[in-house]
Order: sequence, then C-alpha cells, then structure tokens
Amino acid sequence: MTAGLWTQWMLPGIWITVQLTLYSAALATVVAFAVGTARTRRARPVRFLAGLYTEIFRGTSALVLMFWLFFVMPSLFGWALVPMWAAVLALGLSYGAYGAEVVRGALNSVAPAQREAAVALNFTSWQRLRLVLLPQAVPEMIPPFSNLLVELLKGTALVSLLGVADVSFAAYLVRLATQESARIYSVTLVIYFVLAFALTRGMRTLERKTRAGAGVVATPGGAR
Amino acid sequence: MNGWDWSAVVDFMPRFRDGLILTLRVLVLGSLLSFTLGLVWAIGFRAGTRLVRWPVHAVTEFIRNTPLLVQLFFFFFVLPEWGVQFSGLTTGTIAIGLHYSTYTAQVYRAGIDAVPAGQWEAATALSLPVGRTWTAVILPQAIRRIVPALGNYVISMLKDTPLLAGISVLEMLQQSRLESASTFQYTEPLTVVGIAFVLIACPASLLMRALERRLVH
Repeated sequence: MTAGLWTQWMLPGIWITVQLTLYSAALATVVAFAVGTARTRRARPVRFLAGLYTEIFRGTSALVLMFWLFFVMPSLFGWALVPMWAAVLALGLSYGAYGAEVVRGALNSVAPAQREAAVALNFTSWQRLRLVLLPQAVPEMIPPFSNLLVELLKGTALVSLLGVADVSFAAYLVRLATQESARIYSVTLVIYFVLAFALTRGMRTLERKTRAGAGVVATPGGAR
Repeated sequence: MNGWDWSAVVDFMPRFRDGLILTLRVLVLGSLLSFTLGLVWAIGFRAGTRLVRWPVHAVTEFIRNTPLLVQLFFFFFVLPEWGVQFSGLTTGTIAIGLHYSTYTAQVYRAGIDAVPAGQWEAATALSLPVGRTWTAVILPQAIRRIVPALGNYVISMLKDTPLLAGISVLEMLQQSRLESASTFQYTEPLTVVGIAFVLIACPASLLMRALERRLVH
C-alpha cells in the first residue's frame, strides 16, 4: 500500500469511522436512557410504547434499517438524508434499543429500599431518578454498555455499503487499486481491533470513575 | 414522492420467498458451525497448557472485536488468492459461523463454569475417562442452561445475514435490491424485508425468554 493511498483514503476513513461511532453512540445513549427509564415508569401506556420500541428496533436488522432510512424514507415521506446521517440514525436507534434493556435492568437492580427511602424523603420522581437511582445504576450499566459500544463500532462498517467513505470503504477502494487483498484487509481488521481495544479501555476507566462517584464499595452480593 | 403500491408487494413475493429460504439456510448452517466451533474454542479455553489457551484467547478476541462485514470481504477476496474457490454463499456461511462461534464460545464457557465443582470431583472419583466426563457429565448439564443464550445468538445471526448482500449472496436484502433495480420500486421490497425480520425475530426472542424461564431457573 503506498503512502498516497494511506493519506488519501485510509486515514480519513479512520476519522469517519471514529466520528460515526461517537455520533451514533451519543444518539444511542439518549435513546437508551429515555426508553429505558420509560420502561420502569408506572403508567401503562408509557411502558407499552417503550416496550414496543425496543421489540421493533431489536427485532430489525441494522443494515436493513439503514437501507430503509436511506432509500425508502425519501420516496415515502419526502425527506432525504445524507448517507452519513441515515447511518447514524439507523445505528443510534437500533443500538439505543439494546441499550434501553441495559438501562432498565440496571435501574431495576437498585435495591428497592433506596427507591422507598427517596419516596419517604418526598423527592419528586425526577429527583429520585437523578439523585438516588441513576448514581447507583450507572456503574452497573457500564460493562454491558462497553460491549454494546464495541458492537456499535463493528456496526459502523455497514455504512460502507451505503458508500460512506469509512475504513471499510477505503479498504475496498485500496483493494481495487492495488489488488493486495490479504494485506489490506488484515490491516483494516487490525485497525478495528485497536479501536475496539481503546474503547474498552476507556469504558473501564469510566466505570472506575462512576463507581467512585457513587461511593460504592465493592461488596459482591452484599447490601441487597 | 410516491405512495404505497400493493401490487409491487405481490410482484416481489417470488423473489422474497427465494431470499427467505436462502437466509434460513445460511442461518441453519451458520448456527451449526458456530455451535460446533464455539464448543471447540470453549474446550480450548480450559486446556491444561498455555500454548493452547493463549492462542485460542487471542484468535477469538480478535474475531469478536472486528466487524463481520470486513471479515466477509477478507474471506471473499483473500481465499481465492490462496487458491480456495468458494461461492459467495459458502464463504458467507463460513464467515458468519466463525464470527458467531466466538460468541457461543463465551456462552459455553459460562455454562461449563456454572457446573458445580462437585460434578468434576465425582467424575474423577468414579475414574471416568476425560471423554466420558465431558460427554456424560459436564456438557449435558451445561448445555441445558445455555440453550436460551445460544438461541439469542441465532437471532442475532439472523439479523446479520443481510451483510451477505455485500458479497452478492441472494438473501432477502439482496433480492429486494434486485427487485428495486428491475422495477424502480424502492419502497415496497425493502419494507417487506424489514417487516419480515421483525416478524421472525420478535416471536423467536419471546420463545427464548420462555425457554429461559423453564430451563435455567
């Protein structure tokens, strides 16, 4: 692979992949917290709608959703999306649905006495969530979120099929130019592996920070 | 901007059926491959020597943390260079089975670790040979617990089969693209495919949840 191909395609491709991961992760986090907390609410319609959302978006294939947002939305509703944003929307919405299950599980795993104590102290439901439940639930969410983030990173490779110039797309072009398939795809796989490794490391640091912030002392199986 | 046209849905049905059958075929073969290979990895995790354990860990971690799509392209373009000529379908099935075997390996590992230590000790006390210990004592107990988790990965695999469209396998998504290319109807075929995924995946995941309640707890 020549230097020109690196600076022309591969490096910008890596940057696009990183951007896609960050934007989709941001959208997925918002969706996950919104839908996940909605599923723990008492009002039945709210719970039902949130449940429907997770079932539908977990049931569909991210790639089909991406194609649908890109090819069908314009003709059906008259909105056209740039491929990049169709990709971010598809990844964010479907991984957000997976994340919502994580948020719900973590909120439900907070000891019921904590919720009752917050009620007894006359906290509003927003205060209850923000000051009592989330600080304890967030550290529990981080390991599964870390797995989802790696899945999301891997999912960004799908955008190359829409013609977004990410690493996978760059690899495809470089292969066409040089015909060195084995070398190029090995390098690409290693790039993804390094990115995934960096993400996992970052999430582990975040977990330590949030745990310290919540004042949680590791007591396996204790304090239930 | 044009609306919904039911006749396009009807026209798409023959292709859709072919795509669905092919998708299910990839799914069944890929699952069998991932179940078998996953067990091999899981036994590799427990090998007595580091010479086996470390490479198995390294390989499975690498495969698990890199995108299936890039792996598909890797196999699709590189295997012919090595003199192996497989069809896109075979390549795709092998790649998807290999990718998911690294997930099922973790499931098997969790299942095997959950078998109480007393079972291993009892097998040793009865001086069962290693092969019998695995096939008659450990695996029957481990597999019962992990059936739902394996099922969930089959569902994930189903949702990843459209990636095979990238190497021109005629599964559901690729069939919808072909249909759109010949009729210029983009809306209906793709929507039918999207709904098909939800209609297969949702009941399947409900079934897995029911199985989980019965088998695990």
